[in-house]
Amino acid sequence: MNGQYLDFEKPILDLEKRIQDMKDFASGESLELSREIQLLEKRKDRLLQDIYSKLTRWQRVQLARHPLRPHSLDYINLISTDFVELHGDRGFADDKAVVGGFGKIEGRAVMFIGQQKGRDTKQKLYRNFGMMHPEGYRKALRLMQLASRSGKPIIILVDTPGAFPGIGAEERGQAEAIARNLREMFRLKVPITINIVGEGASGGALGIGIGDRVLMLENSWYSVISPEGCSAILWRDSSKAPLAAEALKLSSFDLKELKVIDRIVLEPVGGAHRNPKEAADILKREIIKDLGELSELEIEELLQKRIEKFRRMGVFSTEEYHLPERGEPPENIG
Amino acid sequence: MEWFKKPKNGLVSQQKKEIPDGLWTKCESCGEIIYVKELEKNLWVCHRCNFHFRIKSKDYIELLLDEGKLEEYDNNLISTDPLKFKDSKRYPDRIRDSRKKTGLNDAVIVGIGKIENKEVSFGVMDFGFIGGSMGSVVGEKVARAIERSLERKIPLVIVSCSGGARMQEGILSLMQMAKTSGLLAKLYDANIPFISVLTNPTTAGVMASYASLGDVIIAEPKALLGFAGPRVIQQTIGQELPTGFQSSEFFLEHGFLDKIVERKDLKKTVSLLLEYLLPPAKTS
Repeated sequence: MNGQYLDFEKPILDLEKRIQDMKDFASGESLELSREIQLLEKRKDRLLQDIYSKLTRWQRVQLARHPLRPHSLDYINLISTDFVELHGDRGFADDKAVVGGFGKIEGRAVMFIGQQKGRDTKQKLYRNFGMMHPEGYRKALRLMQLASRSGKPIIILVDTPGAFPGIGAEERGQAEAIARNLREMFRLKVPITINIVGEGASGGALGIGIGDRVLMLENSWYSVISPEGCSAILWRDSSKAPLAAEALKLSSFDLKELKVIDRIVLEPVGGAHRNPKEAADILKREIIKDLGELSELEIEELLQKRIEKFRRMGVFSTEEYHLPERGEPPENIG
Repeated sequence: MEWFKKPKNGLVSQQKKEIPDGLWTKCESCGEIIYVKELEKNLWVCHRCNFHFRIKSKDYIELLLDEGKLEEYDNNLISTDPLKFKDSKRYPDRIRDSRKKTGLNDAVIVGIGKIENKEVSFGVMDFGFIGGSMGSVVGEKVARAIERSLERKIPLVIVSCSGGARMQEGILSLMQMAKTSGLLAKLYDANIPFISVLTNPTTAGVMASYASLGDVIIAEPKALLGFAGPRVIQQTIGQELPTGFQSSEFFLEHGFLDKIVERKDLKKTVSLLLEYLLPPAKTS
């Protein structure tokens, strides 16, 4: 894995290395070690199951950011054919942090929109780490409206550490661009499926996140603020991000429970980066299922349901809410 | 110099935490020492530099609505703690303290009122309640205010004052941006006017949803307006921010605001705009 691994992946990596060494040794010396290798392979599988069945929220955040995790273009290339990428917002620039274009899934034409991160330093800078500027949200909207007019369903892949916070972004109206997308996505007359494949940070993610189905890959996260941002606000220290990740309840399992997403898309054991092809195949099946169901609906009904879906979200009480007892004794007693 | 010290029991109500509680106060912007009664008479605007002090939601009701009257709705919606949020102070305690401090049940008041005889569905946010942050209750109340506009076919006026989405309700707060914007799509299609009034500050999740979606957007002078917080931007780019960055004047300059309106002119401006925005048959 080219030395790119997370702390908790280390034991697996060590075992993989031993297996490889043994294989190399066996073939060099023409020794029969297949039984030993098999045993080690089994041990590795058990270890994988073991580690990945009890990940903390912070570990999932790390997996969502794994250097080898498939990005939007990887998924687009793995699940579609004849992809034609389209560029530009027709007003200011072509934001490289988001890609979009027509493609075919099993022969069916669709519009893909995805936030795109880079893998090496040069690519990361080119893609601005997947952080969109206002022109990115406007580019996405232009393409989505094009899809709406040509009757092609829209498949969105969300993977961003946030909308870019910078001077230019503010000058060109980051807030307006996101707000407009939120409203306009409710008016697009084609099915929209939202798929959180990596990071779903706040308004930056939601800005292309309105749809008829919202799915999350098992090890992705989606939250009102990044764990680092939350930690900086709560504890004036971004190093408490693991604690913030727990507090924010940002995992796919949390969001399913909070009724914010429709389904969790399970990843291959060990995470999508261990088998991108399989991860893409699983995601493709889920998208096809959604498209099938959604294309049954009349447009009016589709749009009505889209608004109702988000209308329902939130938790509050209409009774006088009985607050639990205080967490700590009040200050200055007496 | 005893003069300038704030007396322990000032003449103004002790509950007005956001508002200086002494006889005299200092302007945050120009440093001018101002007699509080004068300031109050001047709608909490500094007579020297025109700085608009932050006022409470109830003050805007007084300022904008005929006879200062609002037929309030949904005041019974109360925030719960769906995430069991772990923080230095527990979220239910934060809610309890804010309710006690402000006398409000959450960070927005909504209802029906009249602006120079034109009936509107009205909402006004209050920064005193956890920074005017939007959680499930704020989102729901704003959503219902939009629905009242739709049902009664009356314009919507929302006065925003918010630091953004409420962190303690996590993803549910983020989804309130979607919820309110979805209903605004309906309002837009129904051709019902929406005037968004921005006050200091309006940022992040509120700015990036309904506050930016007015048919006409106006702001008080020198308000902090924007998406990302200035501190975050500064950390990201690693340099000082230009003066006047993210102010009402900056927003106007870059085309994201229709007009800057002084507090004393707010009511008549909103009223005139309503007159222009409403279809001819309904103006009377």
